[in-house]
Amino acid sequence: MTPRGAIEAVWRIESARLIGGLVRQVRDVGLAEDLAQEALVVALERWPESGIPENPGAWLMATAKNRGLDELRRRQMQERKQGVLESPGGAATDPAELEAALDENVGDDVLRLVLIACHPVLSKEARAALTLRLLGGLSTEEIARAFLVPEPTIAQRIVRAKRTLAEARVPFELPRGDDLSARLPSVLEVVYLIFNEGYAATRGEDWMRLDLCEDALRLGRILAELVPAEAEVHGLVALMELHGSRLRARVGPDGEPILLLEQDRSRWDQLLIRRGLAALARAEALARPLGIYALQAAITACHARARTAEATDWRKIVALYDALVELTGSPIVELNRAVAVSMAFGPAAGLELVDALVDEPALRSYHLLPSVRGDLLAKLGRTEEARVAFERAARQAQNGRERALLRARARACESGGRS
Amino acid sequence: MRVMVMVKASKNSEAGAMPNEKLLSEMGKFNEELVKAGVMLAGDGLHPSSRGKRVHFAGGKKTVVDGPFAETKELVAGFWIWQVKSMEEALAWARRCPDPMPGEESDLELRPIVEAEDFGKAFTPELRAQEERIRAGIEAQKRS
Repeated sequence: MTPRGAIEAVWRIESARLIGGLVRQVRDVGLAEDLAQEALVVALERWPESGIPENPGAWLMATAKNRGLDELRRRQMQERKQGVLESPGGAATDPAELEAALDENVGDDVLRLVLIACHPVLSKEARAALTLRLLGGLSTEEIARAFLVPEPTIAQRIVRAKRTLAEARVPFELPRGDDLSARLPSVLEVVYLIFNEGYAATRGEDWMRLDLCEDALRLGRILAELVPAEAEVHGLVALMELHGSRLRARVGPDGEPILLLEQDRSRWDQLLIRRGLAALARAEALARPLGIYALQAAITACHARARTAEATDWRKIVALYDALVELTGSPIVELNRAVAVSMAFGPAAGLELVDALVDEPALRSYHLLPSVRGDLLAKLGRTEEARVAFERAARQAQNGRERALLRARARACESGGRS
Repeated sequence: MRVMVMVKASKNSEAGAMPNEKLLSEMGKFNEELVKAGVMLAGDGLHPSSRGKRVHFAGGKKTVVDGPFAETKELVAGFWIWQVKSMEEALAWARRCPDPMPGEESDLELRPIVEAEDFGKAFTPELRAQEERIRAGIEAQKRS
């Protein structure tokens, strides 16, 4: 008797390729996913008795395809009755054609599915949910748990996303060359969003949600194999591997955050550091100048290479941030650059840059601005100003763990100690 | 979660027999599939235990023991580190592995790797203090 968990595990391994292959044939994401789900239902009925077939992927595809044929025949009947000649979206309606199209390039199928799930017509949140669902093989319930929103919200989001894709008549042809490169930023953005949601949970009481980080890393690694010539894909993978290497060291025994410079570096994961540096080398070999992900990875690599916090090459980090500010023009990046400047050239130099950012509208409710200010003020011995800044930061922080840390720093200022 | 998958040794692997071309190409395909699925983090084959060493600890004494080691089936001939969602997924992948020791009986052994969350309360304030002492020691060395 094959347990249900084993069957679901096999389905998870196969689902992206399965749905990807079906999308190519039926040219309808919703229908493709329904057919794949039906194949899963049949597998859950039959495999407990029969055992898992030798080639489960082919079995699932054949089963889904049979269902698809039934569905297409039914639709054709209906359309004939209604006198409709063409089906929406130019779907492959000929069963024979459907059958013939089965064994094309699997990698292309998965890539097509990624591009559709991350299509720019969809909101970032919708793209993230759809990507986790179609590519990550996560159930609606798992996605809802990961993003701390009610399950119906995610279900709705996915249904609406599929409808949007159908209405926008998103093309199913796989873009090539520059057209493909142009589509990648919206994919990378979503993968990084998923990673960050896990890495620095914006809501809830836990500082990190490791499952999400792992899902994103896995998606990134899959992407890197799908489009190996794209420098920024390797940049993103490098960035996530290097951040991932510190996951263990970022939380204390009671779940409280430990900041980068206070982390015990012996707990950094050397395997992931090696993988991250290798991915960064791939990105650097493919592109000069570096893109935004590769630049961030290069910054993170400076930390990964330093055996102790004191050994960090802050001047190099400042130079990398200069390039990143130029590329992004982002005030958040400028804030990070100010921190690097303070480490390289002293807290006063950093504070000057931070103070110039205080009126930046994009940072008005960003808790890390007063948090960084507080830190620099404390270092300069201006403890009362530091306390006010930390308290302000604590009020703005949305994560419970972070808020507690900021309150503690404010209290440390009260007792007059330099924190 | 991460899982270490060990390919247990066999008579042939301990004798230093290299895999034939068929197995190499099948294993290469399997590895490629693992990489494409974002599952494989690392993996390597090991030389037979005749080239290995052991350090034996007993009653505060340490003795170096040269290979080969006797209990063939308990030895490891190669390993992977996989990133998976569950032990079930690791098993599903392991079932797809080509027979690593054709013509002989052999095992793959799957062991979940201890992750940060598994440490839990075991990472006590005392342990933390110890780490801080170690760090202070490193600092002192740097200055000297």
